[in-house]
Amino acid sequence: MAYTTSQPQPGGFLSRLGFGGKARSKKTAVAAEEMKRVQFTSPVLPYLFLFPQLAVIFIFFYWPSVQAVSSSFYLEDPFGFGSTFVGLSNYTDVIFSSEYQSIALFTAVFTVLVTFLSLSLGLLLAVKADRVIRGASTYKTLLIAIYAIAAPVSGLIGMMIFDQHVGPFVKMMSYFGWHMQVGLNYYDTAFAMTVVAVWKQIPYNFIFFLSGLQNVPVSVREAAMIDCRSGMRRFWTVILPLLAPTAFFLLTINVTYALFDTFGIIDVMVKDKPANNPVTLVYKVYADGFRGNDIGGSSAQSVILMIVVFVLTIFQFRFIERRVHYN
Amino acid sequence: MAAIDISSVGKIYNGGVRAVSDINLDIKDGEFIVLVGPSGCGKSTLLRMVAGLEAISEGTVKIGDRVVNQVEPADRDIAMVFQNYALYPHMTVRQNLEYGLKNRKTPKAEIDARVNEAARMLEITQYLDRKPRALSGGQRQRVAMGRAIVRKPAAFLFDEPLSNLDAKLRVSMRGEIKRLQRRIGTTSIYVTHDQLEAMTLADRLVVLNGGQIEQVGSPLDVYHTPASTFVASFIGSPAMNLVKAELQSDRLAIGSSQISLNGYAPTSGAVTVGLRAEDLRVVSSAEGMPFTVEYVEELGSQRLAHGLVGDQAVTIALSGEAEITNDMRIAIDPSKLHFFDAETGKRLEASVPAKAPAAVAEPVA
Repeated sequence: MAYTTSQPQPGGFLSRLGFGGKARSKKTAVAAEEMKRVQFTSPVLPYLFLFPQLAVIFIFFYWPSVQAVSSSFYLEDPFGFGSTFVGLSNYTDVIFSSEYQSIALFTAVFTVLVTFLSLSLGLLLAVKADRVIRGASTYKTLLIAIYAIAAPVSGLIGMMIFDQHVGPFVKMMSYFGWHMQVGLNYYDTAFAMTVVAVWKQIPYNFIFFLSGLQNVPVSVREAAMIDCRSGMRRFWTVILPLLAPTAFFLLTINVTYALFDTFGIIDVMVKDKPANNPVTLVYKVYADGFRGNDIGGSSAQSVILMIVVFVLTIFQFRFIERRVHYN
Repeated sequence: MAAIDISSVGKIYNGGVRAVSDINLDIKDGEFIVLVGPSGCGKSTLLRMVAGLEAISEGTVKIGDRVVNQVEPADRDIAMVFQNYALYPHMTVRQNLEYGLKNRKTPKAEIDARVNEAARMLEITQYLDRKPRALSGGQRQRVAMGRAIVRKPAAFLFDEPLSNLDAKLRVSMRGEIKRLQRRIGTTSIYVTHDQLEAMTLADRLVVLNGGQIEQVGSPLDVYHTPASTFVASFIGSPAMNLVKAELQSDRLAIGSSQISLNGYAPTSGAVTVGLRAEDLRVVSSAEGMPFTVEYVEELGSQRLAHGLVGDQAVTIALSGEAEITNDMRIAIDPSKLHFFDAETGKRLEASVPAKAPAAVAEPVA
């Protein structure tokens, strides 16, 4: 409504002060209508402004989605010589394949582990950093600094730690009789993958949790100190519920991260390595489509993934957000 | 319920800043103590040391028979009401009230009884299932008080609880706090910077300045016999006029005007003299001090004339209908003069043997 003031309006000022009587509500309605007309000289103009954004969404999101859905019903020739309509058989092939099932299971376990560990470790560090009084800023900067390192670089550093020949973690573990073979042993690879994925995500969660903690009013904490003796109980009953909006936001972000953004880490770890390595569903979409040239099967997988994400999103907003306290 | 004994308490922050020094205060069981002073005088720090939210650097605090210096806030058996209410925003009013009791393993039936009683007392029963954000400021402050009451603690600590409320609500809540405290009889320490709140609530006032106690006494004591120029200028509205003057045997010289003291002179030489605005009266005779009016504040029930005696600012309180001319003469009963040391600002007792008659003037809003 701020725009109305720039428009010369006899009586507008009076009506706002309540002198307009019955005409007042009518006038504001007219003013609102006029405002729309005033802002854009042509009705096409707003759509023109929206166009670049819409174009980006359409070209990079809707169009590929439609492509994926349509090609999931076809069997594409690997060399590009035409395609055959096969109905739902791409889907049935994928769903009943035991390989796909085990990858789906791994993806689920991996996502739960990465989300849980990176959230809880980020929260733990934030709570501890929040209590530090001496040298607090140095401490916080050191923890946040990891986030400033470019993702591929930090991924690479993570790889180096688990390197077969020079990795310090591998060497250390060998003293305990654990001869890690990242890239060869399924569980060793899964372990390294999870650790690196968690490590990369902790600073992000840390920053959000720390700022969330600092938004908890000091007096509320003090009131809780008087009301409740146990620091642990105070944390669970007062601090954590007030952090819930932050935690919910981070939950969404972390699930997405574990499902999709860990692609780079997985690629570095399993690329050029002998077969039986754990991968996530997204990596399998890529491997089947671009390495195996099975466009149809890959498309079917990505459609399944799309549905999973869709369901997950609805679940998160419907059931979790409802229990979150927004101040 | 318990007495609170504060002895030689001081607070030194990291870096050596001294916020509070050498506070000695014996608070009787059931007493309502108000700590008052300008911001930065250490009143909140003192309260927070009693609460256990600040570590005590020096001295000891005893609640009942127990030295609580090392005791956790939750174990000190105190309840605190904060300036910005500090309600738990994610809990309903009922949960807010229950929280402290639940953590102390109070039986459910007992919790319900206490919560219902407190809610009835504070007239918040219909809001018990609401979240704090759905309440107005005044209602939130009631809930905050309810949270303190249900605990039945040894002492209530109030940290400027009314500062966030509008003026009208502040007056009514003030009365309510006083009434509740009388009824429950719990020892209370109340921090405020508002001298009017301090005057109306306190059994005993503690005026703090620069981390030290300036004066302790009943509100009327402090009002009628301020111990220093600081207290004199802080307690009472309008503030007491403080003017430089010279004592010459039995006469007081303020600028070029002279007042005959009839034997009230406590000393001789330079002094600071305090004159309450309401003790000054307009006289027609040439006896009085010449007073040049600069401007007038209309308060309805009275008019405050601000002006000069000689070159020193003086305010006089006149009745609502009093006539004000540019040049008037004012006089004061010598028994109503307050003398302070010109150097230290400490009170000099007037030398009259008979006690000064109790002044009829009540503190004026």
